[in-house]
Amino acid sequence: MGPEGPGAVVLSTIVAERVDTVAAPGPAPRPRRRLPLAWLGALPFFLYASLFLLLPAGDVLIGAFRSEQGDWTGANVRGLFHAEYLHAFENSIRISVYTALVGGLLGALMCYAALHPGSPRFVRTIFTAFSAVASQFGGVPLAFFFISSIGTLGVVTQFLKDWLGIDIYAHGITVFGFWGVFLAYVYFQIPLMLLVLAPAVDGLRPEWREASESLGGDSLTYWRSVGIPVLAPSFLGAMVLLFGNAFAAQATAYALTSGGYNIVPLEITNVLNGNVVSDPHFGQALALGMIVVIAIAVLIYLPLQRRAARWMK
Amino acid sequence: MPISGIVVLTIGALYFLVPVASTVKFSLEQGHAGFGFQAYRQILDDPQFRHTLWFSVQLALETTVVTMALMVPTVYWVHLRLPKIRPVVEAITILPFVVPPIVLVVGLFDFFKSFSPDWLLQDFVFSSKFLVAAYVVLSLPFVYRALDAGIRAVDIQTLTEAAESLGASRTRTLFRVILPNLREAVLAACLLTFVIVLGEFTIASIALYQTFPVYITTIGSAQAYPAAALTVISVGLTFVAAAVFLVLGRMGLRKRRQPVLGAAMTGMAGAASTNPGGA
Repeated sequence: MGPEGPGAVVLSTIVAERVDTVAAPGPAPRPRRRLPLAWLGALPFFLYASLFLLLPAGDVLIGAFRSEQGDWTGANVRGLFHAEYLHAFENSIRISVYTALVGGLLGALMCYAALHPGSPRFVRTIFTAFSAVASQFGGVPLAFFFISSIGTLGVVTQFLKDWLGIDIYAHGITVFGFWGVFLAYVYFQIPLMLLVLAPAVDGLRPEWREASESLGGDSLTYWRSVGIPVLAPSFLGAMVLLFGNAFAAQATAYALTSGGYNIVPLEITNVLNGNVVSDPHFGQALALGMIVVIAIAVLIYLPLQRRAARWMK
Repeated sequence: MPISGIVVLTIGALYFLVPVASTVKFSLEQGHAGFGFQAYRQILDDPQFRHTLWFSVQLALETTVVTMALMVPTVYWVHLRLPKIRPVVEAITILPFVVPPIVLVVGLFDFFKSFSPDWLLQDFVFSSKFLVAAYVVLSLPFVYRALDAGIRAVDIQTLTEAAESLGASRTRTLFRVILPNLREAVLAACLLTFVIVLGEFTIASIALYQTFPVYITTIGSAQAYPAAALTVISVGLTFVAAAVFLVLGRMGLRKRRQPVLGAAMTGMAGAASTNPGGA
């Protein structure tokens, strides 16, 4: 239950409610409650969310179990278990886990390095503004960053070949497959981690370190007994967020692989664009599958966030 | 700063700058003719460039206005009068993460086509207003968190009671008292909305709109050098927009102790972690 501020209710309402409780002792017929006018203020939001988010999402969930003739059917959902689509889910989950791990760890280290107590204020401002923008990068611009650097004629590819004698393409690394997608995703995962973790890192008080030191602890002791336990819930929560972020991404992989990489968002795109012959309801079954995977991730995320909240403020 | 910190930040900076630098180099190449601005000239001369960019900017502005008109009063009102439903609002605003754009676009069209009369289809569902409606949803998680973090930093109860005891109406309180105090949070929310819409590809392409990101993709699949130039232009524009917001956020905020816009942006993501709602 959210905290109710001490002045949460306007004075008149408090008085009215007190009168109510006094006037209604025991089983006597309770006076009718005032019309909850306060709820009207939240009505536009709930209407909007229902029309453009909740009902369309519900439509997908129901549509996944419908046939083209409008009958109920389990065929679409059963279709998800065909090898090709199982493989798409596997690929999606794998790229999301890998980029969340790598992007998350790099992001956390950078976050701690940049928000060190004593780092100048302008560094923080630039850092957060940059993260906010870069975490939204995607699609062709992001794809082009990596085509220009590790594409066949990319700057990094050429550098490695000419100066170090390493031909990455001879080792099966290509920007138009797993590696390109992986590196591009990490590019937006790192700033997202920076953004999400910054408040928790800021919450590490210097006094804790001083206390640990005055009790004879070294840096390792501090991290093992204070730093990591305090940061862990925020960090794990952020990792789940990163997972969902990569899992949902479509534009970048589409741009890099022209829709050819076998991940769920691109499979849905293929169904929607009519590139594969299938029941349009099958697209909804794929979408249902995505919602289920991310919903599981969010169910892991929420209790972690609640734990993280303990150390804030 | 310890050496390990410098090493980590250098690696990070390289990871972000090398791809940008490579793209800039590519955008300046002219095949056998050495280096120059030919690719940029080609893009700037393309009328599609201006049309799609202007279209995307319009969409971004419309989305920002609608989102703010919807969310600023909601966040204020929920904090002031309905603290009990805050966890519900928070849960709903995190849903766009659970329902990714590619899923949302499937649901939106299927749902609206299922019951809309012809006039609604013509005037709304098959118009760019529908795109704006979807973009508002996409920006909800970020906007809610930025505004929520901002409003926590202000004692809205006291401000509201003070304003009302001096005879201000609800609307006047919101516009003249609360909003000026939320300025930096609102700016952060606007920036994020703007950036999201300017870069959104998934929904626009499925709905067959020629927005700027869709145009970039069209160019990208055909012409390498102009696409590199276009990438540089679009990333540059995004950062210019961010810088404008930063400067706006700084103006008139000299007295504050913290770089508030930065704080509000951090808060956008951090609000989820500091929020005991539902605990």
